[in-house]
Amino acid sequence: MKIELLNVCKSFKGQVVLDNLNLTVEPNKITVIIGKSGGGKSVLLKHVIGLIRPDSGSVFIGDDEISALNDKKLNEIRKNFGMLFQDAALFDSMTVGDNIAFPIREHTRFSKAEIDVIVKEKLRQVGLKRVTQKMPSELSGGMRKRVGLARALALDPKIILFDEPTTGLDPIMCDAIDRLIVKTQRHTNATCLVISHDIDSTFKIAHKVAMLYDGKIIEYGSPDKIKWSENPVVKNFIAGKSISKH
Amino acid sequence: MLRFFEYVGKPFVLLIEAFGKVILLLVSTISWMVRPPYRIHEIFKQMEFVGVNSLPVVIITGAFTGMVLAIQTYYGFKMFGGESLVGATVALSMTRELGPAITALMVTGRVGSAMAAEIGTMRVTEQIDALYTMSVNPVQYLIMPRVIASIMMLPVLTIVSDFIGIVGGYFVGVRLLNINSGIFVARIIEFVALSDIVNGLIKSAVFGLILSLVGCYKGFGTFGGAAGVGRATTQSVVISSVSILISDYFLTAVMF
Ligand SMILES: Nc1ncnc2c1ncn2[C@@H]1O[C@H](COP(=O)(O)OP(=O)(O)OP(=O)(O)O)[C@@H](O)[C@H]1O
Ligand SMILES: [Mg+2]
Repeated sequence: MKIELLNVCKSFKGQVVLDNLNLTVEPNKITVIIGKSGGGKSVLLKHVIGLIRPDSGSVFIGDDEISALNDKKLNEIRKNFGMLFQDAALFDSMTVGDNIAFPIREHTRFSKAEIDVIVKEKLRQVGLKRVTQKMPSELSGGMRKRVGLARALALDPKIILFDEPTTGLDPIMCDAIDRLIVKTQRHTNATCLVISHDIDSTFKIAHKVAMLYDGKIIEYGSPDKIKWSENPVVKNFIAGKSISKH
Repeated sequence: MLRFFEYVGKPFVLLIEAFGKVILLLVSTISWMVRPPYRIHEIFKQMEFVGVNSLPVVIITGAFTGMVLAIQTYYGFKMFGGESLVGATVALSMTRELGPAITALMVTGRVGSAMAAEIGTMRVTEQIDALYTMSVNPVQYLIMPRVIASIMMLPVLTIVSDFIGIVGGYFVGVRLLNINSGIFVARIIEFVALSDIVNGLIKSAVFGLILSLVGCYKGFGTFGGAAGVGRATTQSVVISSVSILISDYFLTAVMF
């Protein structure tokens, strides 16, 4: 499904976060959004799944304008989504296993045994073993993130949103998660929108890259296009240099 | 002068606004009750938390309330030779007033605050957003079971409190103050009508609605991290307690 943001504006208490932002996310591809910390990437992602509504402008998922739907329709559309939150947002009153099983129990009629198999498989994919009975509070930050990832993938969604899937992981685990995202996308042909700080992994997994700066997408295209961009902001961001505005 | 009205009027407007929002939440909760899935499992979990786990505190407070009532009325009634009415007074006070009120206030402190804190924490850690992204409505999943469980369990706890309070009164009156046991019980049966008990239970169901709705409302509207959760929790206890006592007056005035 195609994702389209048209002239999206969003401010919080006078602070402009998204400023007339336009972005079309190609279906069945991995699109990575890069941009500086506090630049509004998470806010952008939450617009795509209707958690935040734009002050003006619209967000389309396929042919549906998600920013204008009522709750009931919104719920229907969200069944196509899986989302990994930046801080994982695991249900802390449930075990790891129940967290991953939760969306499956809610929206399918699989038996208990079948669900157990899926949960185990998803946990294996994110490199976790023997944690099913643990509570989220007993896990490290990186482990929580991976459980969140497993939960987001539990229903093999058509659209997957990842808010910094590899932040806080060691290099080897980063690589494994990058591979998992690519593999999952290939398997399910999902539309993936990934937020990342990590330039290396961005170029490893992305079909398309979009750079968010000052509330707008200032550069969009293939990884090569971004790599050789003439835009000084993009250049500096990729080179990892801090830029002064003057 | 305008300043003055603004100063006095603003809290009032905020109060009305909050009241309206609570009513809206109630309407939404009721509308989710009649739509599947019915969350039976969640409701039972909450009934255990609200009901079973509150038993110890309800038993202790009920017993001591009955006991102190017995002592107080004994010293008062002895002045005109009315000791035989101690049992009936304790029983009427417990069933009509103190059973429902003390139970509701204790459960507010134990359960209402926990609801606000738990839902508030889920709000600030994006767990409620996560529910939305999984197409699960948090009003149905989190709030509806808590409200139903509270409405059902408060009357049960109140019956326990009534009974234990009367037993406590009996213990003090008959064992410690040497009132004749037969008369103590006979007067209770003579004076306490079924309607006294039932009306007390109806009140307690309303209190259950108030404390769960306020706790959930405050938790659901939490913002601002751990400090916000603390604020929501405190406010929920204060608002619930005050609302319970105020509504108690009006319910009593209407029913008895
Ligand atoms: N609910 C909110 N209320 C007020 N301000 C908000 C809210 N959510 C985000 N903001 C503000 O919007 C800006 C962008 O936040 P956002 O979380 O999208 O940044 P980000 O690009 O994801 O950063 P990071 O890479 O550090 O996660 C921040 O300045 C933040 O203060
Ligand atoms: Mg972010």
